[in-house]
Amino acid sequence: MATTIETPRAPHSVRRNRGVNWEKWGWIYMRASGVVLLILIFGHLFVNLMVGDGIKAIDFAFVGGKWSDPFWQVWDTLMLWLALIHGSNGMRTIVNDYSTRPLVRKILLGAIAVSAVTLITLGTLVVFTFDPCPAGSPADLLPSFCPVNQ
Amino acid sequence: MTLVVDEAPAGGPAPEAPIEAFTVTLIIRRFDPDVDSEPRWQDFDVQMFATDRILDALHKIKWEQDGSLTFRRSCAHGICGSDAMRINGRNRLACKTLIKDLDITKPIYVEAIKGLPLEKDLIVDMDPFFESFREVQPFLQSNTAPPKDKERIQSVADRARFDDTTKCILCAACTSSCPVFWTDGQYFGPAAIVNAHRFIFDSRDEAASTRLDILNDKEGVWRCRTTFNCTDACPRGIQVTQAIAEVKQAIMRGKP
Repeated sequence: MATTIETPRAPHSVRRNRGVNWEKWGWIYMRASGVVLLILIFGHLFVNLMVGDGIKAIDFAFVGGKWSDPFWQVWDTLMLWLALIHGSNGMRTIVNDYSTRPLVRKILLGAIAVSAVTLITLGTLVVFTFDPCPAGSPADLLPSFCPVNQ
Repeated sequence: MTLVVDEAPAGGPAPEAPIEAFTVTLIIRRFDPDVDSEPRWQDFDVQMFATDRILDALHKIKWEQDGSLTFRRSCAHGICGSDAMRINGRNRLACKTLIKDLDITKPIYVEAIKGLPLEKDLIVDMDPFFESFREVQPFLQSNTAPPKDKERIQSVADRARFDDTTKCILCAACTSSCPVFWTDGQYFGPAAIVNAHRFIFDSRDEAASTRLDILNDKEGVWRCRTTFNCTDACPRGIQVTQAIAEVKQAIMRGKP
């Protein structure tokens, strides 16, 4: 029964390139990472500030102890990556919204990208290569719990 | 109009109290492209009643004080969408803003809506606004003919899905209140998305995927920062930000 009427005009042509829709995935990333970060950050704050001796327990040894545990290495790396990408993507949208001159926009976006990549690289490096008692260091520079001092 | 006075003598009809008039100061952002190099603020004093509207004040100024004041208005009853303007920093229809709802101890600032090219006084060039409206194809598209000698039937529930967005009068109050639209002229703007929503969620329409594709663009719905300026500005009370969010959800689902 239902007859099909031909479109009188050329149909809407898909205008833009059909690559990855970064704007859409960026939008989804912001929401997803936000939820995960909520858990990671509050978990981080709870463990560091409230469990056991609470804030009094935090010192070099506490951080060193945490980073010798693969669980906290993964936790902190995840937090680092998600938070820095989340934050710099937010900065990117602000720049896109408010910078009117193309050159200024390019410089600002470049600066955000460079600082995000630098911080992520350095942070990841520290989390996975952290050694509280590097071999061959003078004993007076090492914390008290290192085997050299015992 | 009558005011009933409490102390009126019993029995006799209440004497009619005179309606109180106020002197209201309006500071209007004027711009005459033939004379001015940039806009300037000019103030006017007008006698107004509490029940008068900003549009009445503008009429009084134009008819009695300065005939060169330029603004758009057609129906003057909040349905044609001609007289959207920025009143005390908020986008409102001049014909729906009552004097009694404003603080008249201070001057009232009136200026043209922002984000569109200013042409004269309170008039802006609406072409960019209607261009993005046209781009979302705001008309019913169906490849199938309706049942013979019958209309296209739609259930109450199907109609309710897009009921809110049918109220749009295209006054541009929402689009010109959007901070993203102020700096990014490429952004479709809330009004275009609202009118796309009206057809995307219409069960009789068959071009939803086309419209979703158009709005799934760098300058489409993902530009929305949910500032809610548009919802606050809409003189028809449309939940604009919610409509945009529904379009975002539809794009992620791939269907309305």
